Amino acid sequence: MLKVDHLSGGYGEKNIVNNATFTVNKGKMLGILGPNGSGKSTLMKLMSGILQPASGTVEIDGKELWQYATKELAKKMAVLPQLHAHAFSHTVRETVSLGRYPHQRGWFSSWSTEDEAAVVEAMEMMDISRYEHTAIDHMSGGEQQRVFVAQALAQNASILLLDEPTNHLDINHQKELLDTIKRQAIERDLTIVSIFHDINLASMYCDHLLLLDQGGIAAIGEPHEVVKEKEIREVYGTRVATHPHPELPKPQITLMPGVDRQAVEQKITKEDFSVSSEMVLYRSAAPLKTVSSAVINAGSGWFTTFMNRRVDENYRVSDTVEELTFYIEGKGFKSTDTVAMMTAVDVGQVVLENCEFEGGSIVVAVTAGAGNGTDVSMTHLKERRKKVGTVNTWIFVNGTLAEEAFLQAMMTATEAKTKAFQEEKVIDPFTGTIATGTPTDSLLVAATQQGGNFQYAGPISELGRHIGKTVFKATTEAIRRYRNPAPH
Amino acid sequence: MSKSWLAYAVSFLLLGGAILLGLTVGTVSISPAVLWNPSLDETAANILWNIRMPRVVLAGLVGAALAIAGAAFQGLLRNPLADPYTLGVSSGASVGAVMTLFFGISIPFLGSFTLPVMSMLGALLTMLAVIGFAKMVDRSMKMETVILTGIIFSSFLGSIISLMIALTGEELRQIIGWLLGSVSMRGWPYVQMALPFIVIGSFLLWLNRRELNAMLFGEDRARHLGVDVRRRKMVILIGGSVLTGAAVAVSGTIGFVGLVVPHITRLLWGSDHRHLLPLSFINGAALLIVCDLVSRTIISPTELPIGVITAFIGAPVFAFVFFRQRKGVA
Repeated sequence: MLKVDHLSGGYGEKNIVNNATFTVNKGKMLGILGPNGSGKSTLMKLMSGILQPASGTVEIDGKELWQYATKELAKKMAVLPQLHAHAFSHTVRETVSLGRYPHQRGWFSSWSTEDEAAVVEAMEMMDISRYEHTAIDHMSGGEQQRVFVAQALAQNASILLLDEPTNHLDINHQKELLDTIKRQAIERDLTIVSIFHDINLASMYCDHLLLLDQGGIAAIGEPHEVVKEKEIREVYGTRVATHPHPELPKPQITLMPGVDRQAVEQKITKEDFSVSSEMVLYRSAAPLKTVSSAVINAGSGWFTTFMNRRVDENYRVSDTVEELTFYIEGKGFKSTDTVAMMTAVDVGQVVLENCEFEGGSIVVAVTAGAGNGTDVSMTHLKERRKKVGTVNTWIFVNGTLAEEAFLQAMMTATEAKTKAFQEEKVIDPFTGTIATGTPTDSLLVAATQQGGNFQYAGPISELGRHIGKTVFKATTEAIRRYRNPAPH
Repeated sequence: MSKSWLAYAVSFLLLGGAILLGLTVGTVSISPAVLWNPSLDETAANILWNIRMPRVVLAGLVGAALAIAGAAFQGLLRNPLADPYTLGVSSGASVGAVMTLFFGISIPFLGSFTLPVMSMLGALLTMLAVIGFAKMVDRSMKMETVILTGIIFSSFLGSIISLMIALTGEELRQIIGWLLGSVSMRGWPYVQMALPFIVIGSFLLWLNRRELNAMLFGEDRARHLGVDVRRRKMVILIGGSVLTGAAVAVSGTIGFVGLVVPHITRLLWGSDHRHLLPLSFINGAALLIVCDLVSRTIISPTELPIGVITAFIGAPVFAFVFFRQRKGVA
């Protein structure tokens, strides 16, 4: 256990670290974050005993740092500094073997089997055994870094202090190194403190994070308590956006460039949509921020091509995504840049609506088939046979939408669609009740992210009101056209 | 393991050969058999034991001392240009010696040993001054501080030597000859005088072989590995200074050995001080014995100062090893 209590210190008279207090428990990993010059390395030097604190204490297992002899301290705590150039070079094995220095005693300091085992194991863990007899100055920065990590591991200390361990490493070795260190922390119950440059890596691997700002602790806690947009922006002085890791409950940040997106100024209108019997297609001049439940590129992202493709009633393909991707590429579009939906409905009957209002405008496109009308509250009652009919709704917004606006737009649009089903008295043939939609409806909201800002899109907001009205109108019209197809 | 065994075998073989040549070759050629059977040739045995043997042993000790001190200083200061003279201790020793010659000092009871004793005194005072000053400047005695302090002291002391040379007038040869270094006409007393210092100094350095390995990565790193850097550094500085002072006192400032033998040894056998220190010791001894042999035979009967020969032989050897190594790597 490592306990830092009201620690202050620096070089000469000037304190660089001010009044730092925190504790790291066994088996835990603490990440130290902070901009350049915030005192990360100084804090590390104070903790490792290279610098004398001006005030405050560092305790290891209940004993203050200065009470340990240098060798005893090295048995308790291993330190990985930043890489430096060296005038003379050791081989990999010699370098890793030095990690055993604190464990050797006497004038002749015989090399024990335990020393040998620790060195071999450390080299294996860092995947450097095959370089054993190579001089380290003939190795790349990344390889050298792994050699020094192996040296620190061979030291067999219960506390590990790391100063940017992933420096010089490619992403694969960054991950492997941190995996190894993390595994060691868990298996050997190590206490780890590490400086990180990369906030996202730190968030992923550390149990706790400490954010330093001008020598003081700006935030400390679990990653979600520290990696916050406001904190990071204030401490680092840069624009970032935070969002959850897609697979892990750990926050991640994304940098926001200071140069604004050079988007082509554009206004989407229904006249820009091309309609054929095969598909409804919209191609945007600049990528649009999109949230959808499409077949290709569902979820959120930035896309320029939007496709609602008609397929045959009897379309049966084992891998729909693959077939549709192939189709998109075949049409000369990029599948990575295209959001695509499918329907068996005649897409020639698509309803396109423009709606202008204060601060922005929207375009709504709906293709509907009501043959499959379903009362969602009753769907659990019966197995149903699939019929033609699905409602694909697109909403394009000329404006800037916040995250919540996207979700609210989807809710508003869904409610409007349900209301249209009700108005048009679409009946669920299996239950005889009014349908709320079809079992396979899709929805897409895309925004130019230029022009007017829309924080919300619920029915209370200007944008929401117009989405509700326009989607209702378009869906109603689409259902009517489905029932009485207009000639092309 | 097998590599270091080979290193020691080769080094000892070279040393053995050097000693044998040093004893037998000269204005009077002596058969090696006289070595174990003096009755074979009384005159030859006399030359061998009273003139050649002390000369070869002294050359070997001086070469060994300078080489091991150079290896330790290069490692400690992490500077390939460091040598035993970097700290300025040798300049102190030289000032002591040159002063003795300049003022014609002769201390009673010491007689002809006034010079080496004065020289050692100069070395000791300089060592204390350099370490004391460095410590005053920077309590943790960073290596940069030590190197700069050494430069300050050696240039200052060097100017005192130059001053004395300038004021000497016609009879420069004695002083210049001493400064260039020589092991001739010293005899066993000089060996006895230097031996204890060289044994102690070498032992102090050898005790710190693993610490020197750790310090190659810098002082902070060594400390993290558990090295008591401040104490070890002091011991190494004192050990190296004792060796340098003793060597300079008995033979003058012989250049090149302390700079290049460690480099050649490192290039051939690696920079692990556990082996680098003893191997430099052996190779330094061998090189200086050979150089001494050449200096007294090449234009015999005139003897050249040994300092002229060390670089004359040493530089091409170094160039050869350096070239081979770099080519091998590339």
